Amino acid sequence: MINALLEALQFGFMRNALVAGALVSIACGVIGTFVVVKRMVFVSGGIAHAAYGGIGLGYFLDGRTINVCERVLNVRVNPVLGAIVFSLAAALGMGTVQRKTRQRADTLIGVMWAIGMALGIVFVDLTESYKVDLMSYLFGSILAVPRSDLLIMLALDGVVITLVALFYKELLAVSFDETFATVENVPVDAIYIILLCMIALTVVMMMRVVGLIMVIALLTMPAAISAQFVKDIGKMMVLASVLGVIFTTTGLWLSYFLNLTSGATIILVSGAVYLLSLVVTHVTGGQGDDTRTSGPESQAAEDKESALA
Amino acid sequence: MSRQDTPHAAQELITIRHLWAGYDHEPVLEDVNLSVKELDFVGLIGPNGGGKTTLLKVLLGLLPPMRGEVRVMGLSVEKGRRYVGYVPQSVEFDRDFPIRVWDVARMGRLGKRRLLQRYTRRDGEIVAQALTDVGMLDLRDRPIGALSGGQRQRVYIARALAAQPRILLLDEPMASVDAQVSTTLYELLGRLNERVTILMISHDMGAVSSYVKTVGCLSRRLFYHGDKQLTSDMVAAAYGCPIDLIAHGVPHRVFPEHTAPEQERPEVAHLEARE
Repeated sequence: MINALLEALQFGFMRNALVAGALVSIACGVIGTFVVVKRMVFVSGGIAHAAYGGIGLGYFLDGRTINVCERVLNVRVNPVLGAIVFSLAAALGMGTVQRKTRQRADTLIGVMWAIGMALGIVFVDLTESYKVDLMSYLFGSILAVPRSDLLIMLALDGVVITLVALFYKELLAVSFDETFATVENVPVDAIYIILLCMIALTVVMMMRVVGLIMVIALLTMPAAISAQFVKDIGKMMVLASVLGVIFTTTGLWLSYFLNLTSGATIILVSGAVYLLSLVVTHVTGGQGDDTRTSGPESQAAEDKESALA
Repeated sequence: MSRQDTPHAAQELITIRHLWAGYDHEPVLEDVNLSVKELDFVGLIGPNGGGKTTLLKVLLGLLPPMRGEVRVMGLSVEKGRRYVGYVPQSVEFDRDFPIRVWDVARMGRLGKRRLLQRYTRRDGEIVAQALTDVGMLDLRDRPIGALSGGQRQRVYIARALAAQPRILLLDEPMASVDAQVSTTLYELLGRLNERVTILMISHDMGAVSSYVKTVGCLSRRLFYHGDKQLTSDMVAAAYGCPIDLIAHGVPHRVFPEHTAPEQERPEVAHLEARE
């Protein structure tokens, strides 16, 4: 078994895949934590699907020649770059919609979600060249991640971690209590938009690994599992990142040995652990955190409170 | 119906003049006037939909007024609100949110720190003092979701105190606690009132205790004369209560003493009986 593992590591694609899984898991753990605690799963889904439009556009523009001021330019566009642009635009659009029009925000997000995907499909229709690769963005192609994409992922990880570190206290305040944050003169709208943009970047990274259809699952499950065992955002991010690395690595090995689609296998591994964690929490009737009060303890807390007078 | 006596000419901290406010051009508040002076403890009660939340939103700069003038510490609300410690309803919160008491209380320091600026050691001392003031320092590492309603309310008060406010603004502070806890919370507010001004709103007439120095009724219009007691016409106007109560024409002392058993929340109909 060990030998087989080492043997697989001799393949460059396997090494790249493992590194990609780890890099994505870090951003995923950090941003997924905010998505889970602030209940932004639907918006994240919208951003992920809108990003597909960017991929379509990237394919459409790639390899085209355009005339600019008498000069012929050969356009080279990486579809990932297109996805980044589109997902950021979607994040800004959805963020604005959510802030400005309180009602029907979910409808508008659903509409943008669909328009993004439709644009992607139409752009691909308009592209004469080879199209099979497009499926890899829908279902993931972690085994085909080139070195250049690893560098993009590393850079995005850096951006996400730096931004979260810089704005940590504001992100926490906006997630926990927007009204109070506003009263304390925190630029709530700007912080929210920054958060959406970070979601957009993370989602683009993840598309390579599990495909955009399953992005949401990998974004939320490690964080949701962590939330059951730790009661602190910082710890939740670390634990979620670690879990993400474990899930992607395990999923990759399983898919390698069982000859299954890697993205789907990773999701199934995460899902199985998530369900298991739900059962464990339910059976033990409490959370791993020793500070939780329940039953007689919370009665004691009430008594103490009354005695405080 | 004596005016609340003021020992010295206290500074006016909140000034509201001819305020109209509401949503979509539909006013919820009409011609509201209010003056809150230093170390006042004002309790405003009123029915649901009477505009209590709207008034708070205006005072916090979350809703621009349609007409009229609102000043906090003589400043516009956006500037003046850094002197305000806001205590929201503790029922509106996500029990699963993974955050500890300490981190919640420390949010009170946000307004004192700019973007990219870390909390300082001094912030830590102020937060610790605020938690001590409300008797919650021992529970600083508890997740907020594991607290009882009264404890959570204390943490929110600590968070507001951490901002070192001149004014505490409380939204239904007794909404999620039982009578016993509400008594201890009032004692806490009474102590705090020795150094901060308090403005509190509540839909529950039974919630206003003797620690409250002056009371008013808010129901689209504000009925407030800086009195200790609710007068029957204030109640009548706010709640539209029976005529015979008004016929007495005398102020009703609504809450004789705070130690009285509060198991029954006195409805308007009980006012007469308590006289």
